[in-house]
Amino acid sequence: MQTNETKKAGASSFLGRMVRKQVMIPLAALLLLFLFNLIVDPSFFKIELGYNSAGNPVLSGFLITILDSGSELAILAIGMTLVTAATGGQDISVGATTAIAGSVLLRVLCGTNSRPETLQAPIIVAFLVACVVAMLFGAFNGVLVAVFKIQPMIATLILYTAGRSIAAWINNNELPVVSDETLTYFGEFIPGIPIPTPFFIAVACMIVIGLVLKFTNLRLYTQAVGINENSSKLNGLNPVFIKILSFVILGLCVAVVGLIKVARISTINYSVIAKDIEMDAILAVALGGNALSGGKFNMTASIIGAYVIQCLTTTLYKFQVRSDALPAYKAIVVIVLVIVSAPVVREKFNAFMAKRKVKEAA
Amino acid sequence: MEDNAVLQMRNIHKSFPGVKALSGVDFTLRKGEIHALMGENGAGKSTLIKVLTGVYTKDEGHIYLDGHEKEVQIRSPQEAQKLGISPVYQEITLCPNLSVAENMYIGRTPGAMQNWRKMNKDADKLLKSLDIPAKATQQLSTCSLAVQQMIAIARAVDTDCKVLILDEPTSSLDEQEVEKLFKLMRDLRARGVGIIFVTHFLDQVYEVCDRITVMRDGCLVGEYEIKDLPRVQLVSKMLGKELDDLSDIHGEYKSYEKKEGELPVFEVEGLYSNAGIKPFDFHIDKGEVNGFTGLLGSGRSECVRAIFGADHVLGGKVKKNGKPVKISKPIDAMRQGIGYLPEDRKRDGIVGDLSVRDNIILAQQVLRGFLKPYSKAEADKIADEYIKLLNIKTASADTPIKSLSGGNQQKVILARWLLTHPEYLILDEPTRGIDVGTKVDIQKLVLKLASEGMSVTFISSEMDEMLRTCSRLIVMRDRKVVGELTGSDLNQTSIMSTIAGGDK
Amino acid sequence: MKKKLVSVLVCAAMTAAVLAGCGNKAAETTDAPAAEETTEDAAAEETTDDAAAEETTDAAASGELIKVGIINNDPNESGYRTANDADMKAMFTEENGYEASFAYSLKNDEQITAAQKFIQDGVDYLLLSAADTAGWDTVLMDAQAAGTRVILFDRTIDADESLYEASIVSDMDAEGQTAVDWLAGQGLDEYNIIHIQGVMGSAAQQGRTGALNAMVEANDNWNLVTQQTAEWNAEKAQQIVQSVIDSGEEFNVIYAENDDMAKGAVAALDKANISHGVDGDVIIMGFDTNTWALEELLAGNWNYDGQCNPYQASYIDEVIKTIESGGTIEEKVIIMEEKGFDAETITQEDIDKYGI
Repeated sequence: MQTNETKKAGASSFLGRMVRKQVMIPLAALLLLFLFNLIVDPSFFKIELGYNSAGNPVLSGFLITILDSGSELAILAIGMTLVTAATGGQDISVGATTAIAGSVLLRVLCGTNSRPETLQAPIIVAFLVACVVAMLFGAFNGVLVAVFKIQPMIATLILYTAGRSIAAWINNNELPVVSDETLTYFGEFIPGIPIPTPFFIAVACMIVIGLVLKFTNLRLYTQAVGINENSSKLNGLNPVFIKILSFVILGLCVAVVGLIKVARISTINYSVIAKDIEMDAILAVALGGNALSGGKFNMTASIIGAYVIQCLTTTLYKFQVRSDALPAYKAIVVIVLVIVSAPVVREKFNAFMAKRKVKEAA
Repeated sequence: MEDNAVLQMRNIHKSFPGVKALSGVDFTLRKGEIHALMGENGAGKSTLIKVLTGVYTKDEGHIYLDGHEKEVQIRSPQEAQKLGISPVYQEITLCPNLSVAENMYIGRTPGAMQNWRKMNKDADKLLKSLDIPAKATQQLSTCSLAVQQMIAIARAVDTDCKVLILDEPTSSLDEQEVEKLFKLMRDLRARGVGIIFVTHFLDQVYEVCDRITVMRDGCLVGEYEIKDLPRVQLVSKMLGKELDDLSDIHGEYKSYEKKEGELPVFEVEGLYSNAGIKPFDFHIDKGEVNGFTGLLGSGRSECVRAIFGADHVLGGKVKKNGKPVKISKPIDAMRQGIGYLPEDRKRDGIVGDLSVRDNIILAQQVLRGFLKPYSKAEADKIADEYIKLLNIKTASADTPIKSLSGGNQQKVILARWLLTHPEYLILDEPTRGIDVGTKVDIQKLVLKLASEGMSVTFISSEMDEMLRTCSRLIVMRDRKVVGELTGSDLNQTSIMSTIAGGDK
Repeated sequence: MKKKLVSVLVCAAMTAAVLAGCGNKAAETTDAPAAEETTEDAAAEETTDDAAAEETTDAAASGELIKVGIINNDPNESGYRTANDADMKAMFTEENGYEASFAYSLKNDEQITAAQKFIQDGVDYLLLSAADTAGWDTVLMDAQAAGTRVILFDRTIDADESLYEASIVSDMDAEGQTAVDWLAGQGLDEYNIIHIQGVMGSAAQQGRTGALNAMVEANDNWNLVTQQTAEWNAEKAQQIVQSVIDSGEEFNVIYAENDDMAKGAVAALDKANISHGVDGDVIIMGFDTNTWALEELLAGNWNYDGQCNPYQASYIDEVIKTIESGGTIEEKVIIMEEKGFDAETITQEDIDKYGI
């Protein structure tokens, strides 16, 4: 290996490019979508200040809609990224466990009466109970994966199938409706603040995970376990614990998403709440350029990936593409992603770039 | 064109992003010779071989076979195979979940896979003729590493090959197995096969080879007849400098003397684990370097793994400075000040995708706990310090460790444990598969650490390496401790006789 | 490993498909029988519940219980199914002269196994809401041979009419037609409709979409601003309506094919301060008569809600009574009466009675 200074510099700047490249994947996708909208219909970028039916100021426009509706996905992407990194697999039960978290939340809020006049418990209490329950279900998944060594997708298939029934059972199959206005603050707007609350919740989650990654060893431990379990064990880590931890964190994300989802419509529909969101969350992780086989991860890229998916969804709604055709468009994104990230293509691309450089030099 | 040449490579160039791996290398292999390809790690040996076997495509250069004027193009391993070029790689590239026979015939003889009984019969016959202790129907993963390596060789020689490439084939074999392999290599030579032999074992080169090609930093240094090149010269050519580190190290050993009345740093009694070792006693004093020796599979790794809590400990006592301590998992051992560099670097040591920096700080970060990460600046400082200290050759601290050469990877793992400032460091095969220069560095480092008061247990398959570094050797046979050698008993003969056992 | 992964994905996809299919009550009844008579008149409504209760006290008094085996879909499937199951459980009790056994499954083969068990147990009547339309011939022939009478409810099957006594179903086309007729009756100058559909291909979606499509085609002043499926999902409906609002297009009707989606749509309107309901700018229409939805009607926030009647028990009871008393069933396909509620006329009584 040559080690003279120029070679070193070349290699490090190349690596720098690679590191930046991972965030570039979702960013490029986002820019592409924006560019498309800019060309076809610039009104996509219009933001207006209006008033909602309660007389409070609200911002509206497609961009606001993206920030608003993408919140849940962004929050789930955080947990899904960690699970993916630590276990090399994905949790496909997040939609179903969101139903459970939402159901628990409503159950605590409503008590035994499915249509209470007043809330039976403060929202914060209900939310904390939902957090605990969702984290327990997360731990259940985690134990299956980490202790019993079941493939994550298969382990979480259990709750994927059973979760919505459990959610229905929690509320005795009733559909509680909450008429309290404070709950809607979490899904819509806080009076006087024109930006949708879910966006603030998502930002709060991002800040929390950002701080956790900065001030704890979560990133190093998770990556080490995801890349080489044997080695992690010999370095004193407990891979079982780390894996369960990642599922528990995802459970917490699920509880937050449950709160937003329930607050949006003040009720719940067990069979359709957060439907298919698990696939979008996984796609967000993949779109962020993270290997679905685990190991290194880039949280920022995953979160941007989530908003890219929402941007795609909103764009397609705007152009009135049939919403049941949405999965087909997402499939195209997946195909492009898989091809772009395939080693063969990267190698070819790198070779091409290298050649161009040589030509430029000459 | 040389008449006798079975393979000629001329002016081979190959670049990777950021690295020129080969520049203008020539290589000639003659009929019926064993040709050693020597060089430090990163010299370009593996790259040259991958070019030859079609794993990489060369950027420039020509390859001729059998003295033909027309050059051949090798674009894939299949094409190489068709041309009679069969490689056995350093890293075993078989499928652990298939049977031995399937591994030997997969993708080679169309039709063989359909006739299972014939395939198994053929495989058994071949295994028997090569004296490989494996059954055709056995699942490969149940074989030991050494047997797996031999199966890989069997797979290669079974094809009608002109050029056999052995890339570090002996690194996981014990001496008897190596002897068997050499016998096989000589047989093949007699039949006119050209054999390229890549190894770090100098003894083996002088035992079996006819000719040596030395490479350094991606360039050809030269081609020599074995009789024209004494060892010291070979080493200096590989290192590219005139020095005799290997002899330097002699005389430094056995400097350790036990101080009166001092309790051993660590002492174990009747320790045994689920890895199948018999209960053993062991102790190590402050500043001592000792070692476990024995044949492959004698249980030397399993002993140190039990001390470190890496395997499931079933019984026995551990004392630190005379006080009993409980070690049931690695973190317990780490908290007691033990560091462990594992035998299988790739499987148990490196965290491949992580950067050199993260690999260095990993163990210390685990010790410091979840809530106390190093800041980026601190981590950078530590990484730079150890990269400099151990002279780790890496593009930057950000480079993923997996893209480093074996020796440098090993240094990173060493740095990882040095950072934890252990009182007791266990090094299991720290020099396996790494270049001579690094080997010497590591041996020197071990002695330096011991002189500073660290206790070190050193395990190596190379006996002279052990003799150079250890002041006491624990000898193992069949998974139990059979002897302990110190002082004047520390010589090859007494070790051999202890390993071999029998009457004394 | 790859194979495993693929099979898991296939499994997952299949489960998802099943769940999607079950999001709606009558997803599998693709060829719902054509409307023969739509009893629209609320006044003509017989108080079947009361009548049945009276009659059955007699039956109970006589001491002979009629054995019925009831095969239904999973009550967790939807609010509709929950109401349906509760209704069946309330009707077929010992007090009403029945000895009932229940079996639940969303899978046809499990349902068939349950049916065979009921036949062996010698039930007098087999009440069946089939998961799938096909595959029932053999088991129904067995039933006939064993003297077990079969009554279908909620969903029809592909079998000869002679194999069952009666089939009690909803008429989705009629539901749609009732709603569209009501909308036409509002006499707007121009109808700019946001049409939010259920899961495409389900019987409820087809019935409720068909009537509206026909009307839009026939009248120049009826326009579809957008026609999208939200797959029974409130959030998707909210996004669809949000998207129309964001693009600034004009609309004055939201025709949502179930209550959840109507609720989602209304949430989007509220956010943009667009008035809706009675005296509002936008007419809100939903289906399924959830209690909470009817309350929205009563409060004037919505305008219309169409019923999809889950209460087949009284109809079944009547059929059994007729057969037991030696009568014959004239028309095998019995279409349930289904109402549409208008915000202007709905009462609390209606909510208590029809809310599910």
